Amino acid sequence: MIVDRFVRAVDDRLRLSPITRKALAKVFPDHWSFMLGEIALYSFVALILTGVYLTFFFDASSADRVYRGSYAPLDGSSTSAAYASTVRLSWDVRAGLLIRQTHHWAALVFVAAIVVHLIRVFFTGAFRKPRELNWFVGVTMLTLALANGFTGYSMPDDLVSGLGLRIIVSVVESIPLVGSWLVFLALGGEFPSDEMIPRLFISHVFLVPALLVALVSVHLAMIVRQKHTQFPGPGRTEHNVVGSRLWPSYTLRSLALFAWVLAVLFALGGLVQINPVWLYGPFSPAQATSPAQPDWYVAWGDGALRLFPPWEPRIGDYLVPAPFVPGVVVGGVTFLALYAWPFLERLRTHDRRRHHLLDRPRDHPVRMGVGVAALTFYAVLVVAAGDDIIARLLRIPVYDLLSVFRVLVLVLPLLTGALAFLLARALRRGDAARLGDLTRADLAAARGREPPPAAEEPEQPARDRTGERIELWPEGEVWRWRYQDPDAGVTLVGNRAAPTEEEAVAAARLAYPGVDRVVVPGPPPAAPPGRVRTALRRGTDLVMGVSLLVAALRQRRGRRGPDGPA
Amino acid sequence: MSPRRPPLPPAPPGVSRRIVLSFLVSAAGAVGFAVTYGLGGNTRWEGVCLAVAFAGLATGLATWGRRLVPAGGYVEEHEGFTPPPVEQALTAEELTAPDSPIRRRGLLGALALALSALGVAALFPLRSLLPWDRPRPDEALKTTPWRPGVRLVTAEGRPLRPEDVPEETVVGVFPEGAVDAGDAPAFAVRLRPERFTRPPAGGHLDGLVVYSLLCTHAGCPVRLYLHGTGRVLCPCHQSSFDLFAGARPVAGPAARPLPGLPVEVGPDGFLRARGDFTAPPGAGFWSWP
Repeated sequence: MIVDRFVRAVDDRLRLSPITRKALAKVFPDHWSFMLGEIALYSFVALILTGVYLTFFFDASSADRVYRGSYAPLDGSSTSAAYASTVRLSWDVRAGLLIRQTHHWAALVFVAAIVVHLIRVFFTGAFRKPRELNWFVGVTMLTLALANGFTGYSMPDDLVSGLGLRIIVSVVESIPLVGSWLVFLALGGEFPSDEMIPRLFISHVFLVPALLVALVSVHLAMIVRQKHTQFPGPGRTEHNVVGSRLWPSYTLRSLALFAWVLAVLFALGGLVQINPVWLYGPFSPAQATSPAQPDWYVAWGDGALRLFPPWEPRIGDYLVPAPFVPGVVVGGVTFLALYAWPFLERLRTHDRRRHHLLDRPRDHPVRMGVGVAALTFYAVLVVAAGDDIIARLLRIPVYDLLSVFRVLVLVLPLLTGALAFLLARALRRGDAARLGDLTRADLAAARGREPPPAAEEPEQPARDRTGERIELWPEGEVWRWRYQDPDAGVTLVGNRAAPTEEEAVAAARLAYPGVDRVVVPGPPPAAPPGRVRTALRRGTDLVMGVSLLVAALRQRRGRRGPDGPA
Repeated sequence: MSPRRPPLPPAPPGVSRRIVLSFLVSAAGAVGFAVTYGLGGNTRWEGVCLAVAFAGLATGLATWGRRLVPAGGYVEEHEGFTPPPVEQALTAEELTAPDSPIRRRGLLGALALALSALGVAALFPLRSLLPWDRPRPDEALKTTPWRPGVRLVTAEGRPLRPEDVPEETVVGVFPEGAVDAGDAPAFAVRLRPERFTRPPAGGHLDGLVVYSLLCTHAGCPVRLYLHGTGRVLCPCHQSSFDLFAGARPVAGPAARPLPGLPVEVGPDGFLRARGDFTAPPGAGFWSWP
């Protein structure tokens, strides 16, 4: 009873139990796609934990230092302190390489999880009112994640990171008017400057992570305040959330996911080599490696730089350098479009209602088409960033491949976008449940104008559906309620007990406006569905059931015995 | 205080056993990690042990969450996000009450002025990010350590004679005393003068030409010399330059030729520069001449 006493002691002093009880009963929808953001969150936690460890060994300085350690090829050579300490960290600090590689993998997984989460939110329309603000916060976190990934990649001062930094510097320098000033202010002089690495370091370990922590908190606070969205289904309305509760179900499941993320990251960090800086050698402005590929999340920018034609227009006496359009404009337009999307979509649909029920991707063919086209565009860019490797593998000249990619990057998105648009329409107009079920008639129906809308889609379940009802009953001193729809075979229990009947009624009315309510005596016969019970029922064994009941009763009586009813 | 709910029926016996087993595996993984570390450390085994430890934890918790606690079947109400108009009106009224600061337009204007002045003033120290005693961007970008009389040296600092540059071989050259400068790296190569289709920008010494090593696209070193073709290739974005034609770009995203470095043979017999590059090296910028 230590927990019991502890809870009482805390509550006596802080009076937290009303909030806590509500928080513990918070309902999360049961769908795998709601876990993607959590993967990003847990990778971020892993990044912070491993990153703090790395700061104890990394020396963020470009001062000369002689490396002495067990990596023989570099032993005794003089490099920057940043590079020497990174090699030391990898070769001479026990468990250092594991943590470093895990950190790098965690960064890759972090950005990947954010991107997949963003794709999910986009295609299901979860960004619509009232969640536009959280969409902005999310997009901002994506930009910060990319920025921090890049600064982290650049800090070890190895050859590949130096090349990457030089390219970014060139891209920023290409901005008309202010480009060179931005670079010189950021680096404290011409590339490569002595201030460069300390400044990358402080932004990588403090400025950007602090912003990210703040934004993650805002993101989560808004989710708690606005509650989760959910896919439509029986018993699910615009006014409720159906699923499992935070305590105990999601606490266990979410911790399990955290552990899974860590397990995968440590497996990758231990088994799959990443960024072996000792092989690349220290940065030198005159050295390069081939092939040179960046981390996956900047590959789209690299691909754009490769594909853009050699075009450097002059405006009067001034030059607009070649990296400006592929580097600055493509990146800028990408993020502007992401920020603006909720408004762009509203301009077209004139939809100002609040949405807590998600779209299926097919419900919105235009969004589907635009999204697929954009994804294709970036996918082609990412592949194009590996054109030298592909050319080597296929034994074809790299410039032939370049021409192919230049055409593909413009044509392929149009094709896939149109195809996605038509398929979404066919799915929406026909009655096929999945892509594989589409018939020729469905596809034919996808062409042509939108048929006149049959009727405004009901926002709530039909009120006259027989059998749909709310049952309330007293249980000791509190009230509980549940929703039942026998036709759909759905029984949903209110997530928490209400102290009075009025409050139970109020909660049920908010969740299911317009559904009839009845008060039933005592706990209803059927227990709330749970997998355990279903499993038990399935293996029905009368003796087993009776003995369980007896055991349960005895246990209950036994508990009541010594300390009386709680 | 709510009365105790009836306890869940005991789990099927296999489930608890599986959970315990998972946690035992997890503990074994943790011990394995500690032992590996203690025995001298091995990245691979450390990773595997930690992965096993966390995977065990994950399986145990997931099984627990799936099989031993109720999952699904709950509903929580939205408290209604349509704000009552009365409440919104009250809030607005509160904010715009007669004594509300919001109504003092004049004072607010002065306050805004003061705050913006402070905000702008706070931007000034940012200029110190580029120390005042360093050259301004345009000047720094347009000049390099190459000056008349600066000798060409190798990466190790050894000065070069014309004979040190054999035919069809690219030799990296640097200004003496500034080997580490970011904008100075160049390369020397000896070509057959009769194959020149355009005169080299920096002139040539009996076929020996010197060009900036930095690609005019994004500044990567054009380190790859395609033997016999007189072409150099940038490994970053595959820009290619034709050295017979004044190093003009022939393929890829670069749009400007590589700047040349005018060289001569000094009285000591070593190669030396006659001046700076014929154009600013590396990627372009707004005020590129």
